[in-house]
Amino acid sequence: MTIDEKQDEIIAEFEFLDDWLDKYQQIIDKGMSSPGIDPKYKTPENLIEGCQSKVWVIAEMVDGKVIYQGESNTDIAGGIAAMLVEVLSGHTPQEILDTDLYFIDRIGLKEHLSPTRANGMLAMMKQMKLFALAFKSKE
Amino acid sequence: MLDINKIRADFPILSETVYGKPLVYFDNAATTQKPRQVVEKIEEGYYKRNANIHRGVHFLSQEATEAHEQAREEVRAFINANSTSEILFTRGATEAINLVASSFGDLLQAGDEIILTQMEHHSNIVPWQMLRTRKGVILKVIPFNEKGELKLEELDNLITAKTKLIACTQVSNALGTINPIKEIIQKAHAQNILVLVDGAQSVPHIKIDVRDLDADFFVFSAHKIYGPTGIGVLYGKEALLDKMPPYQGGGEMIDKVTFDLTTYAALPFKFEAGTPDFIGSTALAEALRYVNNIGIENIAAHEHELLVYATEQLKQFENIRFIGEAKNKSGVISFLIADIHPYDLGSILDKMGIAVRTGNHCAQPVMAAFGIEGTVRASFALYNTKEEIDIFVAGVARAKKMFKQ
Repeated sequence: MTIDEKQDEIIAEFEFLDDWLDKYQQIIDKGMSSPGIDPKYKTPENLIEGCQSKVWVIAEMVDGKVIYQGESNTDIAGGIAAMLVEVLSGHTPQEILDTDLYFIDRIGLKEHLSPTRANGMLAMMKQMKLFALAFKSKE
Repeated sequence: MLDINKIRADFPILSETVYGKPLVYFDNAATTQKPRQVVEKIEEGYYKRNANIHRGVHFLSQEATEAHEQAREEVRAFINANSTSEILFTRGATEAINLVASSFGDLLQAGDEIILTQMEHHSNIVPWQMLRTRKGVILKVIPFNEKGELKLEELDNLITAKTKLIACTQVSNALGTINPIKEIIQKAHAQNILVLVDGAQSVPHIKIDVRDLDADFFVFSAHKIYGPTGIGVLYGKEALLDKMPPYQGGGEMIDKVTFDLTTYAALPFKFEAGTPDFIGSTALAEALRYVNNIGIENIAAHEHELLVYATEQLKQFENIRFIGEAKNKSGVISFLIADIHPYDLGSILDKMGIAVRTGNHCAQPVMAAFGIEGTVRASFALYNTKEEIDIFVAGVARAKKMFKQ
């Protein structure tokens, strides 16, 4: 699947969830069912700055594709990390850098893009793109 | 008995909806909502009485001056200070403490000792640490027990001949603990030690009499007692304030200015540089009047009922952990439930229209003492109701299910 196809899939999952609590339940469930991150990577170096929760994100290159892992000590940030990993993982650095993450607005989480929001979604997105940029510059 | 419906009608924001749900505002320890009487006082000030004060010859200036100084007198009466020379307007409790740390701190020497407590808000820790860097004073800390009560027996071990000041909160914003301030002050004074009382969280809930307490310094913020943001009070005994050098320099706090020599104004103006918040002061006075009309004892009784009720209701959750279980508590419940991170619980409650605070509440040493990152904190005010507590508890129950706990 392309990145945009994965985004559309998430949008479809959220389409009939009008109530904020149902949306959050979906996010929480995604976080709880995501594989998370290998515990050995939960180090201060891999922490994302700017969150009220702790969020760890790492990335590695496998066969020319970026594979992300992400986890949080809170379920909501964990769910957001899981969705970003789901959408961006398994693609080339260039594809990731070219991506417009429109699903966030479409599922009603646009407010979470504000830098003042404590869940660090903006910080996570930035970090994941930075990883892609770093891998691309090594190509 | 408070006429809750009449009171709530005075607070327009309480009729707001949040995500389509009625607002349940339980974040009063962070800031309180304002009755229309206070907001109208601000409006009246800007529409009818706005002019710079103290130096003007014209009518509006004199009206504004009178209103501002009348507000100062009302603050004096509210805390039963001896004289308006002892009432300084600041930006809030934080600035008031910084003023004392800076100005009284100037009189201290390296090696002098200041005692804080383990439950202080950062605003009553950091200014003293800055003084330590600046002057080399030594800081000591009175610890608290597992219930969040000060271990006062430790105070005797901490006091030495070099102890100059104890800075202590009257009510902890994180734990709700009410400290035996009068007792602490008596002990301190018996050994010529001064006491600064942080009244930010006590002034809205407890009748304050600074002379009965015999406090040397007492600080509070208007916005925590239904008044506007941006203004607060430092009470200091006149003899002390007289000895202290000015804090900020500038207009208003001077008597004569030449480039060779400047002399300072008398109290309280010596400590009030620049144009004061002469509109905010009248709004603060209005808020204190509002509280007096209802009666602070009545407010305290109502809030105590809410605290007891909410605590009982929350106890139904078998995996609830209260942080701060002192015998004497005021207005605040800090808790954790199951393994749910406070940030998660707060976010879900938010979507139900319920406003609580999450995190370390500017009291990181408190959280460290309990080995936690933070708590969920519900804090009550005179306009909260048992019905709101029921909504809150139902919200916690629903959130628990969402997190599968």
